[in-house]
Amino acid sequence: MLNPAEIMETLNMINDEHLDVRTITMGISLLDCADSDYKKAADKVYDKITKYAERLVEVGCDIEAEYGIPIINKRISVTPISHVASPCGHYVEFAKALDRAAHTTGVNFIGGYSALVAKGYTKSDYEFVESIPQALSETERMCSSVNVASTRAGINMDAVAQLGKIIKKAADLDALACAKLVVFSNAVEDNPFMAGAFHGTGEGECVINVGVSGPGVVKSALEKVKGEPFGVVADTIKKTAFKITRMGQLVAGEASKRLNVPFGIVDLSLAPTPAVGDSVAHILEEMGLERCGTHGTTAALALLNDAVKKGGVMASSYVGGLSGAFIPVSEDAGMIDAAACGCLSIEKLEAMTCVCSVGLDMIAVPGDTDAATISGIIADEAAIGMVNSKTTAVRIIPAKGKKVGDYVTFGGLLGECPVMDLHKESCAEFIARGGRIPAPIQSLKN
Amino acid sequence: MGKDKTGIIAKVSGLLYEHNVNIVDISQTIMGDIFVMTAMVDTKECDIRFDELKNALAEVGKSIGVQVSIQNEDLFNSMHRI
Repeated sequence: MLNPAEIMETLNMINDEHLDVRTITMGISLLDCADSDYKKAADKVYDKITKYAERLVEVGCDIEAEYGIPIINKRISVTPISHVASPCGHYVEFAKALDRAAHTTGVNFIGGYSALVAKGYTKSDYEFVESIPQALSETERMCSSVNVASTRAGINMDAVAQLGKIIKKAADLDALACAKLVVFSNAVEDNPFMAGAFHGTGEGECVINVGVSGPGVVKSALEKVKGEPFGVVADTIKKTAFKITRMGQLVAGEASKRLNVPFGIVDLSLAPTPAVGDSVAHILEEMGLERCGTHGTTAALALLNDAVKKGGVMASSYVGGLSGAFIPVSEDAGMIDAAACGCLSIEKLEAMTCVCSVGLDMIAVPGDTDAATISGIIADEAAIGMVNSKTTAVRIIPAKGKKVGDYVTFGGLLGECPVMDLHKESCAEFIARGGRIPAPIQSLKN
Repeated sequence: MGKDKTGIIAKVSGLLYEHNVNIVDISQTIMGDIFVMTAMVDTKECDIRFDELKNALAEVGKSIGVQVSIQNEDLFNSMHRI
């Protein structure tokens, strides 16, 4: 029999500490929708998604009501459209079909307008990437991602150079477009989180993946062990992560059963929101840092990231996705404050991405930043991912007409952030070389 | 949960009775200075939908100044039991 203290603990986590399931994401394979006629193919895409995900939002809401757990987002990820649409082109028509399907099913985002070009481009991949700015500016709920590097393949520097220009172009067309575009190294096929979710070609027909959250719960737990040594800190985080993940596993299992779709994975990520009390940066500060970004931040984050995984892994039968602490600047109240006061620089963020998922996320840079500089930032992040055999990503927003220190507001879960300072020295000649950075020695594992 | 006063159990159990919800187990305690009542109930024969029952309980709670919530027990079992 449960005791009242346990029941109260759970209720407090939900009511006061922002515990929630961040997303139930249905992954749908669209490989069988390919057709040489683009209109037919786009119709097949729309029909399949709306059929498979017809009850996704309804079931999500039912579980939310019955278990009393807020499920913030219900989303869909699909097979990279660069694969599905390669026989027929007209990529933007597919973007519109995805967006329409998102509206019909009631999900708030659909991911998978994606290309995987870590080693090289096909002709259609190149054209697909060129279509991304237009696709993002003409849709509302569709997210896009491009994988430009992997530990196995190295870094496709042609794609890195192209994406610098693509990001600039997207920012010119639509202020929010860049918030829906992620450039990956070692992208994962079962990520439930946006904007980088897509349904990999190694996945099944349809699957349910769940992303949990809970930075506020971890911070509250750490408040009770102030001044204790790191072993106690790590154990406290592990115990909390276990409980959070069990909740995610329960929701994933229920959603899978009710939708009659196999359960894929639970993603053990601490995903912050801009709400007070839901910040990853504040967890690091609770460990004893005056401000996130100061010396010691990377070590604190490494401990947090590792303890979350260790605690969560036993709580779920299948763990996957990105599984680590997210450090998006604009979506985390503590990160916003740290960046605004100058304590958190882009260099420190880059160091932090070595020890957590995912990368330089939701960072606003001056609107006049040149494409080569953006490519340089992507190349650095891709190199960190490639060498450390981990996922890294860049979601960067050149803020039109804004200078360092100005604020950019995205609204909702995307939050707001100050425009960050970048190096003025050029990397244009480096980026212009093109070709591929070879895979590192650690890729040779066979 | 909320400030202790007369009639909390009467009001809550009255509503449950009205909708054919059986109370399997019930306990009450004071945590800090908050009155906490927990009840395990069986909603199998309940004559309204779960979300309607949830709203009705919240309304009764509001009328007597306490917070009443109802959740599937699996949530607590999965978080607190291995």
